Amino acid sequence: MHSSTISERRRGGDAPAARSGPSHGAQASRFGVLPGFGLTMGYSMLYLSILVLIPLATLPIKASDLGWEGFWAAVSAPRVVASYRLTFGASLVAALVNTFFGFVVAWVLVRYRFPGRRFLDALVDLPFALPTAVAGIALTTLYASNGWLGSRIEQWWGWKIAYTPAGIVIALIFIGMPFVVRTVQPVLQDIERELEEAAASLGAGRLDVFLKVLLPAVFPALLTGFALAFARAIGEYGSVIFIAGNRPMVSEITPLLIISKLEQFDYAGAAAIATVMLGFSFVLLLFINVLQWWKGHRDVGRTK
Amino acid sequence: MSSVDAAVADGIARPGWRAHAAARRASAQARQAPAHLTEPRWVRTLLLLAALGFLGLFLFAPLITVFAEALRRGTALYFSAIADPDAWAAIRLTLLVAAISLPVNLIFGVAVAWAVTRFQFRGKQLLVTLIDLPFTVSPVVAGLVFILLFGRHGWLGDFLLAHDMKIVYAVPGVVLATLFVTFPFVARSLIPLMQAQGSDEEHAALTLGASGWTIFRRVTLPNIKWGLLYGAILGNARAIGEFGAVSVVSGHVRGLTNTMTLHIEILYNEYMFSAAFAVASLLALLALVTLALKSWVEWRTNVQQGGAGRAAIV
Repeated sequence: MHSSTISERRRGGDAPAARSGPSHGAQASRFGVLPGFGLTMGYSMLYLSILVLIPLATLPIKASDLGWEGFWAAVSAPRVVASYRLTFGASLVAALVNTFFGFVVAWVLVRYRFPGRRFLDALVDLPFALPTAVAGIALTTLYASNGWLGSRIEQWWGWKIAYTPAGIVIALIFIGMPFVVRTVQPVLQDIERELEEAAASLGAGRLDVFLKVLLPAVFPALLTGFALAFARAIGEYGSVIFIAGNRPMVSEITPLLIISKLEQFDYAGAAAIATVMLGFSFVLLLFINVLQWWKGHRDVGRTK
Repeated sequence: MSSVDAAVADGIARPGWRAHAAARRASAQARQAPAHLTEPRWVRTLLLLAALGFLGLFLFAPLITVFAEALRRGTALYFSAIADPDAWAAIRLTLLVAAISLPVNLIFGVAVAWAVTRFQFRGKQLLVTLIDLPFTVSPVVAGLVFILLFGRHGWLGDFLLAHDMKIVYAVPGVVLATLFVTFPFVARSLIPLMQAQGSDEEHAALTLGASGWTIFRRVTLPNIKWGLLYGAILGNARAIGEFGAVSVVSGHVRGLTNTMTLHIEILYNEYMFSAAFAVASLLALLALVTLALKSWVEWRTNVQQGGAGRAAIV
């Protein structure tokens, strides 16, 4: 995705195969030459409208049943606000942990050789492939007071992990893990060794090279990975509900609150909270798009 | 182009595609990295241990737990949990849902990628961003919208009741919710690929008098088959493993609307841990197969296209 086009751009025209952005812009603008625009575009729009746009539009419309004051009351009730705080707080902590360790993992995978590296590299995507419910029950069993890790942690430090907000963070770290690794990894691979060579020959120490050459180059990717992990964590449900304990005001995440409203047949209330979450999804999506744009443009600037 | 290659990728952290090619290139570099271009030995060891510790705690430990718990009470119980009629019904439903989503997602993915990468039109960025939406929308919200549309008190509730049709709390709802969360996968792996390949070959075929369908079948399809497979593998994994969206719309009717993940939830909540983990171990195995297939596709595209074509494979 983004990273490849970046590297293409960065390499400039040196690889013949690197037909980069602008050229197919020109090709594609020969509008109507290739057949199938009406068919594919029409089908795509119809499909998206029926499956996504119309269904999503039901949220604000249903929520508007409550009226402005009712809507506000529904989305700002203390229990709901507590769930936002928990969801956002836990997602933030998990995304930060993932940013740090994701960077370390990406660094190790790209820069160091060790037995089993390929295997580890492939396994990083496990959270994408493993169903969240499976991850949820496995993490709960593992980190419960009588679990293999939970019992030790409780014995050594006296911390309870499962059925507390800490457990939620653990689950969110699991599901967000690949994002930072997979966004940072290709950028790290594409950094030219000559840059470091130049910095070293000018007398920079290894730490200076890292802080002043490598980190700035990787920073946009780190930020993107962080945003992706954060966005994913906000909406996560499957892995969290098993380990959370789901006590109101303490360990109840926002998506769960939507479900409990639904179970009480409070459709408008559920729609109101979902509208807030949907709004936040849009904001994050916009933010990530801006990040991508920034990343792309920075790289273009650098080649010139 | 920011949003064409925008990244709200769930499984589709496509850097993986090219990671291997670049890794090979980097490996030559890394081996020869002279002392002034790498870290002191103790730093390297520390970083390596930190990475392994992190992956061990959050990745290996849960994975091992699944299999260890599944087999803890012996293989007899393991197989009886899998052979249970409710478990079988759940497996069948999950496979059915996956079998429906796969072709639907493939067709949509190809159609939208063709429209986006072969033509220039107003609102393209918006369309591409829309495709990313299911990655940021909570699966619970995805399920909720179908309840609001098709539920008893939903917009179409009266109509459906009058015609004796059931969508939510029934199989069609499960299919719809799964389609909602999986439709971006194929599209997301095809768009950057087709973007990078450009449309020269298709234009050449067109000037030689090929029809649209022939161009697609003989020129485009061979070029994108690995991208299609890649998207299909990831989308399929998600379809089989989806939990949140499906749990909202399914109604949890045992033997009828329970998918495998929902069956696991019920078993777990009834304290039948070994049985829950037995079914979960099937899904974990499938996840490992998915990862192996994914690595294989990445490796294949690498070998086939060589260094020059790498830019084309995102």
